[in-house]
Amino acid sequence: MSFLTYIINGISLGSVYAIIALGYSMVYGIAKMLNFAHGDVIMVGAFVVYSMTSKMGLNPLLAIVCAMVFCTLLGMAIEKVAYKPLRNATSSLAVLITAIGVSYFLQNIALIIFGSDPKAFTSVVTMEPIKLAGGELTISGEAVVTILTCIVIMVGLTLFINKTKAGQAMLAVSEDKGAAALMGINVNGTIALTFAIGSALAAIAGVLLCSAYPSISPYTGAMPGIKAFVAAVFGGIGSIPGALIGGILLGLIEILSKAYISSQLSDAIVFAVLIVVLLVRPTGILGKQIQEKV
Amino acid sequence: MAMLEVKDLEVYYGLIQAIKGVSFEVNQGEVIALIGANGAGKTTILHTITGLIQPKAGKVLFEGTDITKVPGHKIVSMGMAHVPEGRRVFANLSVYQNLKMGAYTQKDKNAIEENLERIYKHFPRLEERKNQMAGTLSGGEQQMLAMGRALMSSPKMILMDEPSMGLSPLLVKEVFSIIEYCHESGITILLVEQNAKMALGIADRAYVLETGNITMSGDAKEMLENEDVKKAYLGV
Repeated sequence: MSFLTYIINGISLGSVYAIIALGYSMVYGIAKMLNFAHGDVIMVGAFVVYSMTSKMGLNPLLAIVCAMVFCTLLGMAIEKVAYKPLRNATSSLAVLITAIGVSYFLQNIALIIFGSDPKAFTSVVTMEPIKLAGGELTISGEAVVTILTCIVIMVGLTLFINKTKAGQAMLAVSEDKGAAALMGINVNGTIALTFAIGSALAAIAGVLLCSAYPSISPYTGAMPGIKAFVAAVFGGIGSIPGALIGGILLGLIEILSKAYISSQLSDAIVFAVLIVVLLVRPTGILGKQIQEKV
Repeated sequence: MAMLEVKDLEVYYGLIQAIKGVSFEVNQGEVIALIGANGAGKTTILHTITGLIQPKAGKVLFEGTDITKVPGHKIVSMGMAHVPEGRRVFANLSVYQNLKMGAYTQKDKNAIEENLERIYKHFPRLEERKNQMAGTLSGGEQQMLAMGRALMSSPKMILMDEPSMGLSPLLVKEVFSIIEYCHESGITILLVEQNAKMALGIADRAYVLETGNITMSGDAKEMLENEDVKKAYLGV
Protein backbone atom coordinates (compact mmCIF):
# COMPACT_ATOMS: atom_id res chain seq x y z
CA MET A 1 0.00 0.00 0.00
CA SER A 2 2.88 2.38 0.59
CA PHE A 3 3.61 2.29 -3.15
CA LEU A 4 0.12 3.64 -3.87
CA THR A 5 0.64 6.36 -1.28
CA TYR A 6 3.87 7.38 -3.01
CA ILE A 7 2.09 7.47 -6.35
CA ILE A 8 -0.64 9.73 -4.98
CA ASN A 9 1.90 12.00 -3.29
CA GLY A 10 3.87 12.09 -6.53
CA ILE A 11 0.82 13.09 -8.55
CA SER A 12 -0.06 15.71 -5.96
CA LEU A 13 3.43 17.25 -5.99
CA GLY A 14 3.45 16.90 -9.77
CA SER A 15 0.17 18.83 -9.95
CA VAL A 16 1.83 21.76 -8.21
CA TYR A 17 4.76 21.56 -10.63
CA ALA A 18 2.29 21.41 -13.51
CA ILE A 19 0.48 24.56 -12.37
CA ILE A 20 3.80 26.41 -12.06
CA ALA A 21 5.06 24.94 -15.35
CA LEU A 22 1.99 26.36 -17.09
CA GLY A 23 3.15 29.86 -16.22
CA TYR A 24 6.64 29.16 -17.61
CA SER A 25 5.27 27.50 -20.69
CA MET A 26 2.66 30.12 -21.57
CA VAL A 27 5.08 32.99 -21.11
CA TYR A 28 7.72 31.19 -23.16
CA GLY A 29 5.21 30.34 -25.87
CA ILE A 30 3.97 33.89 -26.20
CA ALA A 31 6.81 36.21 -25.18
CA LYS A 32 9.61 33.76 -26.16
CA MET A 33 11.38 34.40 -22.88
CA LEU A 34 12.20 32.36 -19.78
CA ASN A 35 10.75 34.14 -16.80
CA PHE A 36 13.06 32.93 -14.06
CA ALA A 37 11.28 35.18 -11.57
CA HIS A 38 8.18 33.00 -11.93
CA GLY A 39 9.22 30.76 -9.01
CA ASP A 40 9.51 33.74 -6.71
CA VAL A 41 6.02 34.92 -7.60
CA ILE A 42 4.90 31.63 -6.01
CA MET A 43 6.69 32.62 -2.83
CA VAL A 44 5.08 36.07 -2.89
CA GLY A 45 1.63 34.50 -3.29
CA ALA A 46 2.25 32.17 -0.39
CA PHE A 47 3.50 35.05 1.80
CA VAL A 48 0.36 37.08 1.04
CA VAL A 49 -1.77 34.19 2.24
CA TYR A 50 0.53 33.61 5.25
CA SER A 51 0.25 37.27 6.28
CA MET A 52 -3.49 37.38 5.89
CA THR A 53 -4.32 34.11 7.63
CA SER A 54 -1.62 33.58 10.27
CA LYS A 55 -0.98 37.24 11.08
CA MET A 56 -4.36 38.91 10.53
CA GLY A 57 -6.58 35.89 11.02
CA LEU A 58 -8.59 36.41 7.85
CA ASN A 59 -10.58 33.77 5.96
CA PRO A 60 -8.21 31.55 3.92
CA LEU A 61 -10.37 31.71 0.78
CA LEU A 62 -10.39 35.49 0.89
CA ALA A 63 -6.63 35.38 1.40
CA ILE A 64 -6.18 33.18 -1.68
CA VAL A 65 -8.24 35.54 -3.82
CA CYS A 66 -6.18 38.47 -2.56
CA ALA A 67 -2.95 36.57 -3.27
CA MET A 68 -4.12 35.89 -6.84
CA VAL A 69 -4.99 39.54 -7.40
CA PHE A 70 -1.70 40.66 -5.85
CA CYS A 71 0.38 38.24 -7.96
CA THR A 72 -1.55 39.15 -11.12
CA LEU A 73 -0.71 42.82 -10.60
CA LEU A 74 2.86 41.93 -9.64
CA GLY A 75 3.31 39.79 -12.77
CA MET A 76 1.97 42.54 -15.01
CA ALA A 77 4.13 45.13 -13.29
CA ILE A 78 7.27 42.99 -13.69
CA GLU A 79 6.48 42.51 -17.36
CA LYS A 80 5.89 46.20 -17.95
CA VAL A 81 8.84 47.56 -15.99
CA ALA A 82 11.51 44.89 -16.47
CA TYR A 83 10.77 42.87 -19.62
CA LYS A 84 8.79 45.03 -22.04
CA PRO A 85 11.55 47.63 -22.56
CA LEU A 86 13.85 44.76 -23.60
CA ARG A 87 11.43 43.07 -25.96
CA ASN A 88 13.24 44.30 -29.04
CA ALA A 89 16.72 44.06 -27.54
CA THR A 90 19.24 42.57 -29.94
CA SER A 91 20.26 39.87 -27.49
CA SER A 92 17.68 37.63 -25.86
CA LEU A 93 20.21 37.18 -23.04
CA ALA A 94 19.41 40.70 -21.81
CA VAL A 95 15.89 39.76 -20.78
CA LEU A 96 17.05 36.43 -19.33
CA ILE A 97 19.54 38.20 -17.06
CA THR A 98 16.86 40.72 -16.11
CA ALA A 99 14.58 37.86 -15.11
CA ILE A 100 17.27 36.44 -12.83
CA GLY A 101 17.67 39.94 -11.38
CA VAL A 102 13.93 40.22 -10.74
CA SER A 103 14.06 36.82 -9.05
CA TYR A 104 16.72 38.00 -6.56
CA PHE A 105 14.90 41.29 -6.12
CA LEU A 106 11.71 39.53 -5.02
CA GLN A 107 13.64 37.19 -2.69
CA ASN A 108 15.43 40.10 -1.07
CA ILE A 109 12.27 42.13 -0.60
CA ALA A 110 10.77 39.10 1.16
CA LEU A 111 13.95 38.78 3.26
CA ILE A 112 13.64 42.39 4.41
CA ILE A 113 9.97 42.03 5.30
CA PHE A 114 9.82 38.51 6.74
CA GLY A 115 13.41 37.58 7.64
CA SER A 116 15.26 34.51 6.52
CA ASP A 117 14.03 31.90 9.00
CA PRO A 118 11.31 29.57 7.75
CA LYS A 119 7.88 30.16 9.20
CA ALA A 120 5.14 27.64 9.87
CA PHE A 121 2.46 27.86 7.22
CA THR A 122 -1.03 26.82 8.29
CA SER A 123 -2.62 24.68 5.64
CA VAL A 124 -5.61 26.32 3.97
CA VAL A 125 -7.16 22.90 3.37
CA THR A 126 -9.57 21.84 6.08
CA MET A 127 -10.67 18.61 4.44
CA GLU A 128 -10.21 15.39 6.48
CA PRO A 129 -7.83 12.78 5.02
CA ILE A 130 -9.54 10.02 3.07
CA LYS A 131 -8.86 6.56 4.48
CA LEU A 132 -9.13 3.66 2.08
CA ALA A 133 -8.57 -0.10 2.36
CA GLY A 134 -9.41 -0.22 6.04
CA GLY A 135 -7.10 2.65 6.97
CA GLU A 136 -4.04 1.29 5.19
CA LEU A 137 -4.12 3.90 2.43
CA THR A 138 -4.48 7.51 3.53
CA ILE A 139 -4.89 10.34 1.08
CA SER A 140 -4.38 13.75 2.61
CA GLY A 141 -6.92 16.50 2.04
CA GLU A 142 -4.13 18.62 0.54
CA ALA A 143 -3.40 15.96 -2.09
CA VAL A 144 -7.06 15.74 -3.10
CA VAL A 145 -7.48 19.51 -3.33
CA THR A 146 -4.20 19.94 -5.22
CA ILE A 147 -5.00 17.31 -7.83
CA LEU A 148 -8.56 18.59 -8.31
CA THR A 149 -7.34 22.19 -8.61
CA CYS A 150 -4.81 21.15 -11.23
CA ILE A 151 -7.49 19.38 -13.28
CA VAL A 152 -9.84 22.37 -13.08
CA ILE A 153 -7.04 24.76 -14.14
CA MET A 154 -6.01 22.56 -17.08
CA VAL A 155 -9.56 22.20 -18.38
CA GLY A 156 -10.32 25.87 -17.78
CA LEU A 157 -7.19 27.06 -19.52
CA THR A 158 -7.70 24.77 -22.52
CA LEU A 159 -11.26 26.06 -22.91
CA PHE A 160 -10.06 29.63 -22.49
CA ILE A 161 -7.45 29.28 -25.25
CA ASN A 162 -9.71 27.49 -27.68
CA LYS A 163 -13.02 29.23 -27.08
CA THR A 164 -12.30 32.86 -26.30
CA LYS A 165 -11.04 35.69 -28.43
CA ALA A 166 -8.25 36.49 -25.99
CA GLY A 167 -7.19 32.84 -26.13
CA GLN A 168 -7.11 32.90 -29.91
CA ALA A 169 -5.05 36.08 -29.74
CA MET A 170 -2.57 34.20 -27.53
CA LEU A 171 -2.31 31.43 -30.10
CA ALA A 172 -1.68 33.94 -32.88
CA VAL A 173 0.90 35.92 -30.90
CA SER A 174 2.74 32.73 -29.95
CA GLU A 175 3.09 31.89 -33.64
CA ASP A 176 3.97 35.24 -35.16
CA LYS A 177 3.79 38.58 -33.36
CA GLY A 178 3.96 40.66 -36.54
CA ALA A 179 1.25 38.72 -38.35
CA ALA A 180 -0.89 38.81 -35.20
CA ALA A 181 -0.65 42.61 -35.13
CA LEU A 182 -1.73 42.69 -38.78
CA MET A 183 -4.86 40.75 -37.77
CA GLY A 184 -5.70 43.57 -35.36
CA ILE A 185 -4.47 41.76 -32.25
CA ASN A 186 -2.99 43.93 -29.51
CA VAL A 187 0.32 42.08 -29.04
CA ASN A 188 1.45 43.99 -25.93
CA GLY A 189 -1.94 43.52 -24.30
CA THR A 190 -1.87 39.81 -25.06
CA ILE A 191 1.60 39.39 -23.54
CA ALA A 192 0.49 41.30 -20.42
CA LEU A 193 -2.56 39.04 -20.15
CA THR A 194 -0.32 35.98 -20.35
CA PHE A 195 1.82 37.25 -17.49
CA ALA A 196 -1.35 38.02 -15.52
CA ILE A 197 -2.72 34.49 -15.93
CA GLY A 198 0.64 32.83 -15.24
CA SER A 199 1.14 34.87 -12.08
CA ALA A 200 -2.38 34.19 -10.77
CA LEU A 201 -1.70 30.48 -11.27
CA ALA A 202 1.63 30.89 -9.45
CA ALA A 203 -0.25 32.29 -6.43
CA ILE A 204 -2.48 29.20 -6.36
CA ALA A 205 0.54 26.92 -6.72
CA GLY A 206 2.29 28.72 -3.84
CA VAL A 207 -0.65 28.19 -1.52
CA LEU A 208 -0.99 24.53 -2.47
CA LEU A 209 2.73 23.90 -2.12
CA CYS A 210 2.97 25.54 1.29
CA SER A 211 -0.14 23.73 2.49
CA ALA A 212 1.35 20.36 1.57
CA TYR A 213 4.83 21.18 2.89
CA PRO A 214 3.82 23.57 5.68
CA SER A 215 6.73 25.99 5.93
CA ILE A 216 7.55 29.21 4.11
CA SER A 217 10.70 31.28 3.59
CA PRO A 218 11.91 33.77 0.97
CA TYR A 219 13.55 30.85 -0.87
CA THR A 220 10.41 28.68 -0.94
CA GLY A 221 9.76 29.42 -4.59
CA ALA A 222 13.26 29.03 -5.98
CA MET A 223 13.63 25.24 -6.17
CA PRO A 224 10.02 24.46 -7.16
CA GLY A 225 10.40 27.19 -9.78
CA ILE A 226 13.46 25.53 -11.28
CA LYS A 227 11.81 22.12 -11.14
CA ALA A 228 8.65 23.41 -12.78
CA PHE A 229 10.86 24.87 -15.50
CA VAL A 230 12.34 21.40 -15.91
CA ALA A 231 8.79 20.01 -16.06
CA ALA A 232 7.86 22.52 -18.76
CA VAL A 233 10.91 21.58 -20.87
CA PHE A 234 10.31 17.93 -20.15
CA GLY A 235 6.73 18.00 -21.46
CA GLY A 236 7.54 20.34 -24.33
CA ILE A 237 7.80 24.02 -23.53
CA GLY A 238 4.94 26.07 -24.97
CA SER A 239 2.45 23.21 -24.72
CA ILE A 240 -0.30 23.14 -22.07
CA PRO A 241 -0.80 19.34 -21.96
CA GLY A 242 3.00 19.12 -22.03
CA ALA A 243 3.20 21.13 -18.80
CA LEU A 244 0.70 18.74 -17.21
CA ILE A 245 2.51 15.58 -18.30
CA GLY A 246 5.94 17.02 -17.49
CA GLY A 247 4.79 18.18 -14.06
CA ILE A 248 3.15 14.88 -13.07
CA LEU A 249 6.11 12.82 -14.33
CA LEU A 250 8.53 15.01 -12.45
CA GLY A 251 6.52 14.73 -9.24
CA LEU A 252 6.35 10.95 -9.57
CA ILE A 253 10.06 10.59 -10.30
CA GLU A 254 10.95 12.81 -7.38
CA ILE A 255 8.74 11.06 -4.82
CA LEU A 256 9.61 7.54 -6.01
CA SER A 257 13.35 8.27 -5.96
CA LYS A 258 13.00 9.68 -2.47
CA ALA A 259 11.16 6.56 -1.38
CA TYR A 260 13.18 3.85 -3.05
CA ILE A 261 16.60 5.22 -3.95
CA SER A 262 17.79 8.12 -1.86
CA SER A 263 16.18 11.28 -0.62
CA GLN A 264 19.46 13.16 -1.06
CA LEU A 265 19.84 12.05 -4.64
CA SER A 266 16.24 12.66 -5.72
CA ASP A 267 16.93 16.07 -7.27
CA ALA A 268 19.96 14.72 -9.10
CA ILE A 269 17.82 11.91 -10.50
CA VAL A 270 15.16 14.38 -11.63
CA PHE A 271 17.72 16.38 -13.61
CA ALA A 272 19.38 13.23 -14.96
CA VAL A 273 16.03 12.10 -16.37
CA LEU A 274 15.60 15.53 -17.98
CA ILE A 275 18.97 15.20 -19.70
CA VAL A 276 18.09 11.75 -21.02
CA VAL A 277 14.69 12.92 -22.30
CA LEU A 278 16.25 15.89 -24.05
CA LEU A 279 18.88 13.68 -25.68
CA VAL A 280 16.16 11.46 -27.12
CA ARG A 281 13.53 14.12 -27.79
CA PRO A 282 15.07 17.61 -27.88
CA THR A 283 11.66 19.30 -28.07
CA GLY A 284 10.29 17.48 -25.00
CA ILE A 285 7.57 14.86 -24.86
CA LEU A 286 4.81 16.88 -26.52
CA GLY A 287 6.92 19.63 -28.03
CA LYS A 288 6.19 20.58 -31.59
CA GLN A 289 8.73 19.68 -34.18
CA ILE A 290 9.59 22.86 -35.96
CA GLN A 291 8.08 22.56 -39.38
CA GLU A 292 8.66 25.05 -42.07
CA LYS A 293 7.66 25.01 -45.65
CA VAL A 294 9.03 27.52 -48.06
CA MET B 1 -9.48 63.16 -51.59
CA ALA B 2 -7.06 60.29 -51.89
CA MET B 3 -7.85 57.15 -49.92
CA LEU B 4 -4.25 56.75 -48.83
CA GLU B 5 -1.78 59.59 -48.76
CA VAL B 6 1.87 59.19 -47.88
CA LYS B 7 3.65 62.52 -47.35
CA ASP B 8 7.43 63.08 -47.17
CA LEU B 9 8.01 59.80 -45.39
CA GLU B 10 11.45 59.24 -43.86
CA VAL B 11 12.31 55.97 -42.15
CA TYR B 12 15.57 55.00 -40.45
CA TYR B 13 16.95 51.66 -39.34
CA GLY B 14 19.37 52.85 -36.69
CA LEU B 15 21.58 55.35 -38.49
CA ILE B 16 20.77 54.13 -41.95
CA GLN B 17 18.08 56.02 -43.80
CA ALA B 18 15.93 53.50 -45.66
CA ILE B 19 13.24 55.87 -46.94
CA LYS B 20 14.35 59.33 -47.99
CA GLY B 21 11.23 61.45 -48.22
CA VAL B 22 8.70 59.46 -50.20
CA SER B 23 5.28 60.85 -51.16
CA PHE B 24 2.53 59.16 -53.12
CA GLU B 25 -1.19 58.66 -53.06
CA VAL B 26 -3.71 55.96 -53.78
CA ASN B 27 -7.23 56.90 -54.84
CA GLN B 28 -10.32 54.90 -54.06
CA GLY B 29 -10.79 51.90 -56.35
CA GLU B 30 -7.30 52.10 -57.85
CA VAL B 31 -4.68 49.41 -58.13
CA ILE B 32 -1.32 51.06 -57.52
CA ALA B 33 1.93 49.22 -58.14
CA LEU B 34 5.07 50.09 -56.22
CA ILE B 35 7.95 48.50 -58.07
CA GLY B 36 11.67 48.47 -57.46
CA ALA B 37 14.66 46.26 -56.89
CA ASN B 38 15.48 44.31 -53.77
CA GLY B 39 16.30 46.65 -50.90
CA ALA B 40 14.70 49.70 -52.49
CA GLY B 41 12.46 50.11 -49.42
CA LYS B 42 9.14 48.77 -50.68
CA THR B 43 8.40 46.56 -47.69
CA THR B 44 9.57 49.27 -45.29
CA ILE B 45 6.98 51.63 -46.75
CA LEU B 46 4.18 49.09 -46.28
CA HIS B 47 5.29 48.36 -42.71
CA THR B 48 5.31 52.07 -41.95
CA ILE B 49 1.81 52.49 -43.37
CA THR B 50 0.40 49.70 -41.18
CA GLY B 51 2.19 50.92 -38.09
CA LEU B 52 4.73 48.12 -37.67
CA ILE B 53 7.54 50.69 -38.01
CA GLN B 54 7.45 54.31 -36.84
CA PRO B 55 8.79 56.88 -39.34
CA LYS B 56 11.23 59.59 -38.32
CA ALA B 57 9.38 62.18 -40.35
CA GLY B 58 6.40 62.42 -42.64
CA LYS B 59 2.77 61.47 -42.48
CA VAL B 60 0.42 58.69 -43.49
CA LEU B 61 -3.22 59.66 -44.03
CA PHE B 62 -5.94 57.05 -44.51
CA GLU B 63 -9.29 58.46 -45.65
CA GLY B 64 -8.13 61.84 -44.37
CA THR B 65 -7.23 60.58 -40.89
CA ASP B 66 -3.63 60.80 -39.75
CA ILE B 67 -2.64 57.21 -38.91
CA THR B 68 1.11 57.81 -38.57
CA LYS B 69 1.06 57.27 -34.81
CA VAL B 70 -1.79 54.74 -34.71
CA PRO B 71 -0.52 51.38 -33.40
CA GLY B 72 -0.49 48.52 -35.91
CA HIS B 73 -3.30 46.51 -34.38
CA LYS B 74 -5.79 49.39 -34.64
CA ILE B 75 -5.35 49.89 -38.36
CA VAL B 76 -7.17 46.74 -39.48
CA SER B 77 -10.43 47.86 -37.94
CA MET B 78 -10.13 51.14 -39.86
CA GLY B 79 -10.45 49.10 -43.04
CA MET B 80 -6.88 48.48 -44.16
CA ALA B 81 -5.56 44.92 -44.42
CA HIS B 82 -1.97 43.92 -45.10
CA VAL B 83 -0.89 40.70 -46.82
CA PRO B 84 2.70 40.47 -45.61
CA GLU B 85 5.76 39.39 -47.52
CA GLY B 86 6.38 35.67 -47.19
CA ARG B 87 2.62 35.15 -46.47
CA ARG B 88 3.16 34.81 -42.68
CA VAL B 89 0.29 32.36 -42.24
CA PHE B 90 -0.02 30.79 -38.77
CA ALA B 91 1.71 27.52 -39.63
CA ASN B 92 0.49 25.47 -36.67
CA LEU B 93 -3.13 26.59 -36.94
CA SER B 94 -5.63 25.11 -39.37
CA VAL B 95 -6.71 26.90 -42.53
CA TYR B 96 -10.07 27.60 -40.89
CA GLN B 97 -8.42 29.02 -37.75
CA ASN B 98 -6.21 31.22 -39.91
CA LEU B 99 -9.24 32.63 -41.70
CA LYS B 100 -10.99 33.24 -38.38
CA MET B 101 -7.91 35.14 -37.18
CA GLY B 102 -8.37 37.43 -40.16
CA ALA B 103 -11.80 38.32 -38.79
CA TYR B 104 -10.40 39.06 -35.32
CA THR B 105 -11.65 42.65 -35.35
CA GLN B 106 -15.04 41.79 -36.84
CA LYS B 107 -17.91 41.76 -34.38
CA ASP B 108 -20.82 40.78 -36.64
CA LYS B 109 -20.99 36.95 -36.64
CA ASN B 110 -23.21 36.80 -39.74
CA ALA B 111 -20.79 38.98 -41.68
CA ILE B 112 -17.94 36.66 -40.68
CA GLU B 113 -19.88 33.63 -41.89
CA GLU B 114 -20.75 35.36 -45.16
CA ASN B 115 -17.13 36.34 -45.72
CA LEU B 116 -16.01 32.81 -45.00
CA GLU B 117 -18.50 31.38 -47.48
CA ARG B 118 -17.48 33.91 -50.11
CA ILE B 119 -13.81 33.06 -49.64
CA TYR B 120 -14.44 29.30 -49.71
CA LYS B 121 -16.46 29.79 -52.89
CA HIS B 122 -13.68 31.73 -54.51
CA PHE B 123 -10.86 29.57 -53.17
CA PRO B 124 -12.29 26.03 -53.17
CA ARG B 125 -8.82 24.70 -52.34
CA LEU B 126 -9.00 26.40 -48.95
CA GLU B 127 -12.35 24.79 -48.20
CA GLU B 128 -11.00 21.35 -49.17
CA ARG B 129 -8.13 21.87 -46.76
CA LYS B 130 -9.88 23.83 -44.04
CA ASN B 131 -8.84 21.43 -41.27
CA GLN B 132 -5.26 21.08 -42.46
CA MET B 133 -2.42 22.90 -40.70
CA ALA B 134 -1.50 25.96 -42.74
CA GLY B 135 2.20 25.09 -42.55
CA THR B 136 1.58 21.96 -44.65
CA LEU B 137 0.06 23.90 -47.57
CA SER B 138 2.02 24.57 -50.73
CA GLY B 139 3.41 28.05 -51.31
CA GLY B 140 0.59 28.95 -53.67
CA GLU B 141 -2.06 27.73 -51.26
CA GLN B 142 -0.44 29.67 -48.45
CA GLN B 143 -0.57 32.81 -50.58
CA MET B 144 -4.29 32.20 -51.22
CA LEU B 145 -4.78 31.70 -47.50
CA ALA B 146 -2.93 34.93 -46.68
CA MET B 147 -5.15 36.80 -49.13
CA GLY B 148 -8.31 35.09 -47.89
CA ARG B 149 -7.29 35.95 -44.34
CA ALA B 150 -6.94 39.62 -45.30
CA LEU B 151 -10.36 39.57 -46.99
CA MET B 152 -11.94 38.23 -43.79
CA SER B 153 -11.60 41.68 -42.22
CA SER B 154 -13.86 43.20 -44.93
CA PRO B 155 -11.18 45.73 -45.87
CA LYS B 156 -11.63 48.85 -47.98
CA MET B 157 -7.99 48.65 -48.94
CA ILE B 158 -5.39 45.87 -49.07
CA LEU B 159 -1.64 46.28 -49.08
CA MET B 160 0.02 43.32 -50.77
CA ASP B 161 3.70 42.64 -50.35
CA GLU B 162 5.32 40.48 -53.04
CA PRO B 163 2.38 38.12 -53.49
CA SER B 164 4.11 36.35 -56.39
CA MET B 165 7.38 35.69 -54.55
CA GLY B 166 8.63 32.14 -54.90
CA LEU B 167 5.69 30.91 -56.96
CA SER B 168 5.66 29.10 -60.28
CA PRO B 169 4.52 31.12 -63.34
CA LEU B 170 1.19 29.31 -63.32
CA LEU B 171 0.58 30.18 -59.67
CA VAL B 172 1.69 33.76 -60.26
CA LYS B 173 -1.13 34.05 -62.80
CA GLU B 174 -3.57 32.63 -60.30
CA VAL B 175 -2.46 35.07 -57.62
CA PHE B 176 -2.89 37.99 -60.01
CA SER B 177 -6.38 36.80 -60.90
CA ILE B 178 -7.16 36.95 -57.17
CA ILE B 179 -5.86 40.51 -57.05
CA GLU B 180 -8.13 41.32 -59.96
CA TYR B 181 -11.04 39.73 -58.12
CA CYS B 182 -10.33 41.88 -55.05
CA HIS B 183 -10.18 44.94 -57.29
CA GLU B 184 -13.47 44.07 -58.98
CA SER B 185 -15.17 43.70 -55.62
CA GLY B 186 -14.30 47.34 -54.98
CA ILE B 187 -11.19 47.02 -52.85
CA THR B 188 -8.40 49.54 -53.34
CA ILE B 189 -5.02 47.88 -53.72
CA LEU B 190 -1.44 48.94 -53.13
CA LEU B 191 0.71 46.26 -54.69
CA VAL B 192 4.42 45.91 -54.01
CA GLU B 193 6.11 43.65 -56.53
CA GLN B 194 9.44 42.64 -57.95
CA ASN B 195 7.62 41.07 -60.85
CA ALA B 196 7.24 44.45 -62.51
CA LYS B 197 5.72 43.12 -65.72
CA MET B 198 2.78 41.44 -63.99
CA ALA B 199 2.33 44.32 -61.58
CA LEU B 200 2.27 46.98 -64.29
CA GLY B 201 -0.09 44.80 -66.31
CA ILE B 202 -2.72 44.90 -63.59
CA ALA B 203 -2.15 48.37 -62.11
CA ASP B 204 -3.76 51.70 -62.98
CA ARG B 205 -0.77 53.76 -61.92
CA ALA B 206 2.68 52.91 -60.68
CA TYR B 207 5.59 54.34 -58.71
CA VAL B 208 9.19 53.25 -59.15
CA LEU B 209 11.23 53.17 -55.95
CA GLU B 210 15.04 53.28 -56.00
CA THR B 211 17.08 53.17 -52.78
CA GLY B 212 14.52 55.04 -50.75
CA ASN B 213 13.41 57.58 -53.38
CA ILE B 214 10.56 57.58 -55.86
CA THR B 215 12.25 58.11 -59.21
CA MET B 216 9.33 57.76 -61.54
CA SER B 217 5.55 57.74 -61.42
CA GLY B 218 2.71 57.63 -63.86
CA ASP B 219 0.27 55.54 -65.84
CA ALA B 220 1.13 51.85 -65.53
CA LYS B 221 0.52 51.00 -69.20
CA GLU B 222 2.76 53.87 -70.33
CA MET B 223 5.42 52.71 -67.95
CA LEU B 224 5.35 49.28 -69.55
CA GLU B 225 6.48 51.00 -72.77
CA ASN B 226 9.05 53.25 -71.10
CA GLU B 227 12.59 52.44 -72.25
CA ASP B 228 14.25 52.99 -68.84
CA VAL B 229 11.71 50.84 -67.05
CA LYS B 230 12.05 48.17 -69.72
CA LYS B 231 15.79 48.09 -69.30
CA ALA B 232 15.85 48.19 -65.51
CA TYR B 233 12.81 46.16 -64.47
CA LEU B 234 11.36 44.23 -67.36
CA GLY B 235 14.52 42.58 -68.57
CA VAL B 236 14.10 43.49 -72.24
